[in-house]
Amino acid sequence: MATEAISVQQLSKLYTTRDGGVAALERISFAVDEGEFVAVVGPSGCGKSTLLKILAGLLSPSGGSASLRGTAIQGPRRDIGVVFQAPVLFPWRTVLDNVLLPIDVQGLGRERFMPAAKDLLALVGLREFERRYPWELSGGMQQRVAITRALIHDPAMLLMDEPFGALDAMTREHMNLELQRIWMEKKKTVFFITHSIPEAVFLADRVLVMTPRPGRVVDDLRIKLPRPRPLDVMTTPEFGEYTRHIRGLFNVKGGLDA
Amino acid sequence: MRSTKNVALSVVLFCVSVGAWEALVRGLEVPAFILPPPSQVALALWRGFSSGLYLQHLSHTLLETLLGFIAGSALGLVLGTAVALSRPVEFFLYPYIVMFQSLPKVALAPLIVVWFGLGLTSKVINAALIAFFPLLVNTMVGLRSADEERVSLMRSLAASERQIFWMLRLPNSLPFVMAGLDVAMIFALIGAIVAEFVGAQKGLGMLIQSMNFNMDVSGQFSILLILSVVGLLLNRGVMMIRKRVLFWDPSEKERIEQERVSA
Repeated sequence: MATEAISVQQLSKLYTTRDGGVAALERISFAVDEGEFVAVVGPSGCGKSTLLKILAGLLSPSGGSASLRGTAIQGPRRDIGVVFQAPVLFPWRTVLDNVLLPIDVQGLGRERFMPAAKDLLALVGLREFERRYPWELSGGMQQRVAITRALIHDPAMLLMDEPFGALDAMTREHMNLELQRIWMEKKKTVFFITHSIPEAVFLADRVLVMTPRPGRVVDDLRIKLPRPRPLDVMTTPEFGEYTRHIRGLFNVKGGLDA
Repeated sequence: MRSTKNVALSVVLFCVSVGAWEALVRGLEVPAFILPPPSQVALALWRGFSSGLYLQHLSHTLLETLLGFIAGSALGLVLGTAVALSRPVEFFLYPYIVMFQSLPKVALAPLIVVWFGLGLTSKVINAALIAFFPLLVNTMVGLRSADEERVSLMRSLAASERQIFWMLRLPNSLPFVMAGLDVAMIFALIGAIVAEFVGAQKGLGMLIQSMNFNMDVSGQFSILLILSVVGLLLNRGVMMIRKRVLFWDPSEKERIEQERVSA
């Protein structure tokens, strides 16, 4: 039996507001296998970002349990890499220094990780930009730096919170291809949050579908498209079948009025 | 803007206005103790510098200003950091700091001179007290303005609060701190001059006052001229440091690019 990279049991999160509580997550349960690419798709307000923040140890749940690789989450941990919607680069650091930020924070020794940093930058096609500053790069390039930074300390898994949401459609498709390539090369568990149904189907082995108020997982869909998937896969009937099915779930549950 | 044509135009503009001032004062026979003609101001300037008198007082005022600037900025930085990092410090100390700030500090100068004497110390302290507040406020705001997402990123890396401070909050506050230094520099000069007015043995402020007693208006004009040039140079000095430190700041970058384009 494969080890479970992520295990979530009856997880709830309640936000208290002036007029009572809002259930961002209501007793959701799922598991992710080691090396699996799982996408969570849902409209805004369905609690998917809350879920990621809990997994990253940035928020504590109101109920239930969540564990990564067999140990309960008790706060931020060093065996994960997180990518946010914005690149969140530090403008006073060069590209290379931004990539090495986790190494500096965790005191792992720059020299030891320098070759890895350069290899990773080469992997995302930014090798010749390592001495540049963030403001000299385009949005897509900045997000690639952020992905490189999340990979530098060789974490067992990547948590990605709508990482391409702020990019234009064409850059986004290109980044999807890049991410698939990186994932196939690195074989890390990826937990990927998005509000784009095609993006989820294109990238993931499994898609968890969430609906809001209260945040629930309403479907757990295995995507059986062969890899590597070219962009053309989006025009195949199978792909259309998956996206139609997911969209149907939102319409039934009224999730898209958000 | 800095084309040869514009530079020439600005020189012409300067000469015309100085010439008009000279002509008006002479034509209307304005007495020199009301408004001296520029030629007399220039003469006073030349006499003051050639006798070594101005240089001696100028260096004294500069010393007071710089020492006051350094002391006040350091105090502002330390207190601003303490207020930004510690809620108790903010709660107990900040109201008094604001009260102290709303007090016109010029009014404190006589007291400070009584306490610390006619020498250098009272001037430095007065300059420091005036220079300290912009640093305090800007340091505080700068340290607190770190982007939430960047803080989240640091936390997701399991960074300690100390690391978040050194790697994120401190560099993030630098644009604010530099803006504070900009203001503090000029404030320090004002503080030094005001304290010299109240009572001093040396310095340009004291010189202005003694000239005033002697109705030497062209002399006073010449010193005002020196002070404005000194202020400008001090400001330029801070700006040069700022450009070095904030090479990464987008607003700074725009300014550098604009200068590059116009050069």
